[in-house]
Amino acid sequence: MNTGKSHTMYPSTSGTSVVGLVYDGGVMLAADSLGSYGSLARFRDVKRLFKVTDKAALACSGDIADYQFIREVIEQKVRDDVCGGYTRELNAGALHCWLTRVLYNRRSRFDPLWLECVVAGYKDDEPFLGYVDKIGTAFEAKEVATGFGLHFAVPMIREAREKKQNLSCDEARKLLTECLKVLYYRDCRAHFKYQLADITPEGVTIHDDLNLKKETNWEVANYISGYE
Amino acid sequence: MLFRNQYDNDVTVWSPQGRLHQVEYAMEAVKQGSATVGVKSSSHAVLVALKRASSELAAHQKKIMPIDKHIAVSISGLTADARVLSRFMRTECLNEQFAHNQALSLNKLMERVGAKMQIATQRYDKRPYGVGLLLAGFDEDGPHIYQTCPSANYYDCQAMAIGARSQSARTYLERHLDEFRSSTREELIRHALRALRDTLPNDVELTNKNCSIAIVGKGEDLSIYDDDDVNPYLEGLDQEERRGGAGGARDAQPPAAPTAAAEEDDAASAPPPPPTDEQPQGDSMETD
Repeated sequence: MNTGKSHTMYPSTSGTSVVGLVYDGGVMLAADSLGSYGSLARFRDVKRLFKVTDKAALACSGDIADYQFIREVIEQKVRDDVCGGYTRELNAGALHCWLTRVLYNRRSRFDPLWLECVVAGYKDDEPFLGYVDKIGTAFEAKEVATGFGLHFAVPMIREAREKKQNLSCDEARKLLTECLKVLYYRDCRAHFKYQLADITPEGVTIHDDLNLKKETNWEVANYISGYE
Repeated sequence: MLFRNQYDNDVTVWSPQGRLHQVEYAMEAVKQGSATVGVKSSSHAVLVALKRASSELAAHQKKIMPIDKHIAVSISGLTADARVLSRFMRTECLNEQFAHNQALSLNKLMERVGAKMQIATQRYDKRPYGVGLLLAGFDEDGPHIYQTCPSANYYDCQAMAIGARSQSARTYLERHLDEFRSSTREELIRHALRALRDTLPNDVELTNKNCSIAIVGKGEDLSIYDDDDVNPYLEGLDQEERRGGAGGARDAQPPAAPTAAAEEDDAASAPPPPPTDEQPQGDSMETD
């Protein structure tokens, strides 16, 4: 079966971390709006977060082209359900399962969609947050992040939860923006423009064109040895 | 009645009256199979079926097939065709569970079954599926009863009966239609069994050998009852009057009424020959 053909195994234009957490009353997702071309901060208004249905939102890091492809496929899937007159709309749990099967199948064919995805929303009236990546690893958790977010944001969220188990909407939003700020400081592929999605039983609200530049303080740079 | 003519050899040929005779002939096969009844309440969907044994030596042919934990199907017509459709439905349900981690909605399943059956009505190298199905299922929209035909049409029903002498059952169902929605689980099964009983000749009774029950509903996965498991539901049924006998209020009916109703029902269904003839020879076609 080996025809000698091979497929690209590296991303070109890519997005960095995505962070998500479950709070008391819903789920929140955030991702910055940068499409990096290697180390070049090339496209600064890339929307990596999108609403799938009233019960699910998806955000991806990794190759932007692959994200755009899977977004088209998912949007068509939702359209097919609407056209078929089906009463049950795609929920976060079903989307997560389906995405896992697709990504795992692609990896098994050595033609991966180079993505790390976070699915957020509701499944059977329960808040849902899940992670799927390019090799088909999938899991659900109360806090989830991709890339650098795994190393910076997740510990921050866990620490906040230790102090208070159930976060309110405002607390969750503050925590998430704090995570993105830290990521902007530390991840050199990150940017200060970002999107935030809030999913509650009422539906999905996406806040676009948010900016955390004003909240950043680079004075600390002076204390770094070698920075002049 | 149906007449042989020059437009009925191919399913791809229309008659001048705008009919596809092959499809209509296929629907006759459904009428040859033994009766089955489906009925739903606001919380449950029930199927009951009359199993036929081809001879004293053979076991009674299974009529109800489980499709998933929330769907069962009862068949009337060519058993072999029914198995093909059942296998298709099972794989559709499994795929939904595998890819989406959720149970397949009944309306989605019916669309796919309908699309599959329609192909056989529009190709010169195929023939229509010679089986009618009664589906009982429970999904996010509640309980459902669906009926399919060889014509590839499918119907969402509150209650339905198909197969030999099923008109009597349909008459019972129409008469009691308003009672179904609020029926309890046990009352619903009883209604279905009474409807099924009305399709039997007077000297035949429902037994645990010739009767199958399937039920699915809110908070209850599919259960199919055969043989001894059917006993609790048949208890006391043979004491009730047929053809209008529904226990309680109906007991007061004068004896003349049931026989009059019986004659009327027999006339309503296809020609009423003596009881022995009513059992069609199924050897060549294996219709059940």
